[in-house]
Amino acid sequence: MTAAADKKVIDGILRKCERDSLIAILQAVQSHYNYLPEQVLTLLSERLEVPLSTLFSLATFYRSFSLEPRGRHLIKVCLGTACHVKSAENLFDKARRDLNLSGEESTTKDLRFTLEKVRCLGCCSLAPVVCVNENTYGSMTQERLSGVFEKYRQEDVRK
Amino acid sequence: MNRLNNLEKLREEGMQSLFPAKTKILVGMATCGQAAGANEVWQVLQREAARKKIDVLVTKTGCIGMCQHEPLVDVIKPGYPRITYDRVTAEKAAQLLGGAAAGKFSKGMMARIDHEEFLLDDTSRRYHAGKLPAYLSSLSTYKRLPFYRKQQRIALRNCGYIDPENIAEYVAKGGYFSFARLLQGGAPEKVVSLVKKSRLRGRGGAGFPTGIKWEACRSAAGEEKYLICNADEGDPGAYMDRSILEGDPHSIIEGMLIGGFAVGARKGYIYVRAEYPLAIERLERALAQAREQGLLGDAVLASQFDFDIEINRGAGAFVCGEETALIQSIQGNWGEPKPRPPFPALSGLWGKPTVINNVETWANVPAIVAKGAKWFAGIGTDKSKGTKVFSLVGKVNNIGLVEVPMGITLKEIIYDIGGGVPKGRRFKAVQTGGPSGGCIPGELIDLPVDFDRLQKAGSIMGSGGMIVMDDRTCMVDVAKYFLSFLEDESCGKCVPCRVGIRRMRELLDDITAGRGRPGDADYLQHMAEVIKDGSLCGLGKTAPNPVLATLRYFRDEYEAHIREKRCPAGVCKSLITYAIDAERCTGCGACLRACPEGAVSGSKKKPHRIHIEKCIKCGACFEVCAFDAIVT
Repeated sequence: MTAAADKKVIDGILRKCERDSLIAILQAVQSHYNYLPEQVLTLLSERLEVPLSTLFSLATFYRSFSLEPRGRHLIKVCLGTACHVKSAENLFDKARRDLNLSGEESTTKDLRFTLEKVRCLGCCSLAPVVCVNENTYGSMTQERLSGVFEKYRQEDVRK
Repeated sequence: MNRLNNLEKLREEGMQSLFPAKTKILVGMATCGQAAGANEVWQVLQREAARKKIDVLVTKTGCIGMCQHEPLVDVIKPGYPRITYDRVTAEKAAQLLGGAAAGKFSKGMMARIDHEEFLLDDTSRRYHAGKLPAYLSSLSTYKRLPFYRKQQRIALRNCGYIDPENIAEYVAKGGYFSFARLLQGGAPEKVVSLVKKSRLRGRGGAGFPTGIKWEACRSAAGEEKYLICNADEGDPGAYMDRSILEGDPHSIIEGMLIGGFAVGARKGYIYVRAEYPLAIERLERALAQAREQGLLGDAVLASQFDFDIEINRGAGAFVCGEETALIQSIQGNWGEPKPRPPFPALSGLWGKPTVINNVETWANVPAIVAKGAKWFAGIGTDKSKGTKVFSLVGKVNNIGLVEVPMGITLKEIIYDIGGGVPKGRRFKAVQTGGPSGGCIPGELIDLPVDFDRLQKAGSIMGSGGMIVMDDRTCMVDVAKYFLSFLEDESCGKCVPCRVGIRRMRELLDDITAGRGRPGDADYLQHMAEVIKDGSLCGLGKTAPNPVLATLRYFRDEYEAHIREKRCPAGVCKSLITYAIDAERCTGCGACLRACPEGAVSGSKKKPHRIHIEKCIKCGACFEVCAFDAIVT
């Protein structure tokens, strides 16, 4: 994206958010780009006259911000206590195997999926829980997990 | 009088919606319902009703608490009790609709509700008159279900009963009247003293008396004051706040209106965690409706009182549940806690006097104002008044959200309400208080639950998560789990917390991997004390609790890991191998198909076997075996 286009996006966001609500501004930026691109943070820091380091500390302090591009589908494996005692770690490992993620990787090479751990989605009654984008799947099993990913793969193909 | 007239009109509208002239189908659409498939049920009902031109109302409601039975759908047919159907599938939904069209009830009913309770007005209204046909009278009422018999719903009074997106139904249940009557000449200081007399304590975890907070803020110098609703429900395993926000958002708004009136604040903030998108959506809608009705904004209900509420979306930081960190976050900073004093009641948001209470606390306020301090203080124990909502989850039969009077025993909650541990396994412990809490062992099952007794037993009330654990839960692993959680979530300001938690977690890593050394348990204990003493905020001060509590009650399990290199619960991967019990194995082949590594072999209907050299211990075989034949 060009700098001019980024500027336009930032203008739009700043019209809607109050200038001192830095977190709300970053949330709006992230919802537009799906992550916080460095060049946009730089532009923002100039526009808001806030040091870039401040934006960087916010972006790294809060878990929901990402400085790396993320996949089209965000998979969250819940690791709350109720999910933990129902072997959610095994589900997470299964997801990593299914998505072929190695080492520290959390996003697939084709940028289709990003896999994250989340500490409690508040769906403890249906533990273990996995969430893809806005959809929550309860009582998840290793067996069913691959099918869920496949559904999103196929949706992409249809589009 | 005008103010009340307007509400009366809304009340009438709401009553018609609660007791409609035609059949109404009510779908439980909280996040838990949706995760169980309520969205599909909702779509089928909408689509089929339109397609077949069936004259029914289809509306949403929040979570009634029986999460394990979701999706729940209720049918309210004029002249009949309200009938609940559980585990509703798309197919069952279509049948239900067909039944409604034919003027009958379809099969698969779970329970019935005879009365709609109006807690705030102290009345109830029967759904039906006269004798019930046998097929309905044999159906249990909610009140007689073991899950509900011992419950008393104050904070959850409307969840699962009203449409959270319809302010009229909230008003019909007596909502906003408590507040409106205060505006008719009530004295703010009297409201403060009422809350003080009710002896309500904060439901967010620490249990600080709410009235004392309010009084301090009210008498603090300065014109500008703020209210905050802490909806950053971060404790893993607790979801009562989500349920209230999704099922009864107006109760929070009314609670805050009353609080604003009492302490003299004109602005409130609701800080909701990022993981709760549906709660945010329902709150936004509720705020808009309240504004439309003149309940928020300038000159609320045409009085001298101005009050408005803004939502702040969290960005994913557990420490922001701590009040001083939360305030930093609203101010646009990273959520680092600050030393107290000064307490927020004197110097909080933007340095102004601020009352900060949690969701469940705010939801109790309208009930206290409507029914009086004496009523509220009459419920519960000596020092813990009222009820508490618990999320009863983990290894328990009836999973769900329960609201019980303080002082009820663990046994009543876990066995009478929860129906005990599944598959006849042994109840080992219950974890309360989230990462700041501890595990209470089976021996203490008769412990009455209130703020002080839980603390004495080495845990805390916290926000109300109750995670039941059986003999397949490893207590060392649970302690490690909480430490790695807190290691991630420590803001890093205090060294004992930042480095100490990591060191403790590393030690537990060693113990669970079979590298533990004699003396490790004592060393953990020592470090725990240092972290407690040297940390500023609640996160660090309570971080060692899960380790201390498990050491206190389950030291033998630590020793088994350290000395015998054995995990008695069969959880710690480095210390277990999976095998198949030939006597139990039926040779069904489920494990063979599930194994991603081809480590299972065997022929049909003959006992199978696991080749440990290929096994990656993913647990897939364990998960699919229906005969308990996979052993560790």
